[in-house]
Amino acid sequence: MDSPLIPEGVKRCSPKVFFLWTLPWLALLGWGGISAILCLIKGLNQTNMSNIFAFALWIVFDLAVIALGAGAFFTGFLTYIIGKKELKGIINAAVIIGFLCYTGALAMLGIDIGQPIRGWFIFWHANIHSMLVEVSFCITCYAMVLAIEFLPIILENRELGKIRGLRLFGHNLHEIMAVFAATGTFLSFFHQGSLGGMFGVMYGRPFAARGGFYIWPWTFFLFILSAIAAGPCFTILCTKLTEFLGRKKLVPDEAVQTLAKISAWLLSLYMVLKIADTLGWLNGIVPNAGLKFMDFYREGPYGAWLVAAEIIACGVLPAVILMVPRARKHEGWLIFACLLNCTGVVLNRFVFIIVTLAIPVMPFDRFWSYLPTWQEWGVGLAVVGYGFLVFSLAYRYLPVFPRETELNAAAE
Amino acid sequence: MEEKQGHGAHRFGMVIDLDKCTGCGTCMTACAAENNVSVRSDESDKERSITWMQLYKITNGKDFPHTEVSYFPRPCMHCEEDGHGGHHPTCVSVCVATATTVDFNTGIVSQIYTRCIGCRYCQAACPYHARYFNWWDAYFPREKGLERYLSPEVSPRMRGVVEKCTFCHHRYMRAKTRAYGEGRRELEEDEYIPACAEACPAQAITFGDLNNPRHKVSKLIKSPYAFRLLERLKTKPKVYYLSKKNWIRKLADNYLPGQFKPV
Repeated sequence: MDSPLIPEGVKRCSPKVFFLWTLPWLALLGWGGISAILCLIKGLNQTNMSNIFAFALWIVFDLAVIALGAGAFFTGFLTYIIGKKELKGIINAAVIIGFLCYTGALAMLGIDIGQPIRGWFIFWHANIHSMLVEVSFCITCYAMVLAIEFLPIILENRELGKIRGLRLFGHNLHEIMAVFAATGTFLSFFHQGSLGGMFGVMYGRPFAARGGFYIWPWTFFLFILSAIAAGPCFTILCTKLTEFLGRKKLVPDEAVQTLAKISAWLLSLYMVLKIADTLGWLNGIVPNAGLKFMDFYREGPYGAWLVAAEIIACGVLPAVILMVPRARKHEGWLIFACLLNCTGVVLNRFVFIIVTLAIPVMPFDRFWSYLPTWQEWGVGLAVVGYGFLVFSLAYRYLPVFPRETELNAAAE
Repeated sequence: MEEKQGHGAHRFGMVIDLDKCTGCGTCMTACAAENNVSVRSDESDKERSITWMQLYKITNGKDFPHTEVSYFPRPCMHCEEDGHGGHHPTCVSVCVATATTVDFNTGIVSQIYTRCIGCRYCQAACPYHARYFNWWDAYFPREKGLERYLSPEVSPRMRGVVEKCTFCHHRYMRAKTRAYGEGRRELEEDEYIPACAEACPAQAITFGDLNNPRHKVSKLIKSPYAFRLLERLKTKPKVYYLSKKNWIRKLADNYLPGQFKPV
């Protein structure tokens, strides 16, 4: 039925199976839609956020998807600026994942602010001292850059490609993609950093506060590094999942191995710096505020296990696995390490957001707990549904994986 | 934005004598009534109710008969620095839309409700929990006649914005207007006092200009028993406390063993 739209020479499931596959994601989007409307009409009292948990599940989702979406700018940087030609086989997928992550995060932020209609005040009344201003400017601009990067892939659709004007436009965009890749790298670099900076400058919260270089707290650099270490792993995971579901090879091993190897080095460097940062914090900010390490981990479910889970299980361990060529080449180990790496970055963001706010700073203050409402889960999971749905549509109708035909020629 | 606080004409501050405070809560009530603080029919959700002036109950943690109890009234601290040497309170420097500002002529940290986008970054940055978000539409129960008590000098806040103690800034404006009308440029010490300080039956709250050596607050903060909340974070609050009890002073900040020095 939709075969004229499907790229030439590739095999896709029947429209009926595809429709059934989209149902759960449509359901998630519906759930998210109802939740979002409730929040917009009735207000943020629909959530379990409070004056204690001013940031909650949505900000965790935001920071998590933005960190995982870093694969887009970093793969773009490696492909177009550094000239790693082997990554051309995976760059389209990386760009689409990045686009989905960033637009999803932006949509979620639109609901998260108390006065969505005033969202433009961030740009109009910008406080240049605020890290969140830098985040907002860069994310908005970068979402536009990602849309521009996504556009030529859309224009490569078989039916759209038949229109001469669109085909030429898409082709010309391809030619100047290095410019956008460079712009994206610049923008993304700064907002990944300023997202970290947001927490590092909370000097009234010793758990998050960090020293740093000039105006940038150490978390600025650590967030960039952790995002570019985890982003490529998330791209690998998404392509592996697509390969598993589509039961065919889509990306040459060479591209995956290059990304995994680069990720290994970045993750190792990140781990060294993260451990140094943690030790520096433990011997500087913490005692200066009159606190001990265990003062932060004695209440609620947030024990010292979080540190071990983040640094050892989801940091050092995947770094070692990805660093060893034999382990990296074994698909099971590769996926395991990528999963751990991505979990680590999500855990890191969770700790900086939720644990920071949960720990009382005033000695006589009490510990408050927080559990999201179904509306909060709805909006958060809608981003997942949106991601699956749009990526599935792209995989079905666009030449996302340029080497697909060639890699599956023998089998067919 | 590079101006330093304290270089302006005034630096309004507060001294709360905790040994005088009885915990009656009049300061909270007076503050809420004065500033048109929205209420809810059910105020049991303390994580989401709005109390610009919040009263904390503290104890020395000892068993009967050695138990001692005190109360800790906590308005906005109107911090002078962000804790990292920056000359803005941490809530001001993080605000995306410049919706919270510090007036360098008074040292008062204010909130522009119509500009606040409700991102709540200021709440996350404030270690004193002095900032409150409007989770619901403003509500003043008509059947209880509460709307008749609304002050025309203070704008009520809409849903989705953050609000906080302003040291009753409208009272400052009112006092200044009156003084100007009388041909004066300077205010007397008792002409501008926030509602909480005025209402306190135990006279535990003293308010004045910390820059003026003749004001009572300037003398009180020189007491060896004066301290500030979370002083080690270097946010330099303009709200001071007084207590002769060591356990109370110790509870106002975090100390490693051996660091606290009793007076």
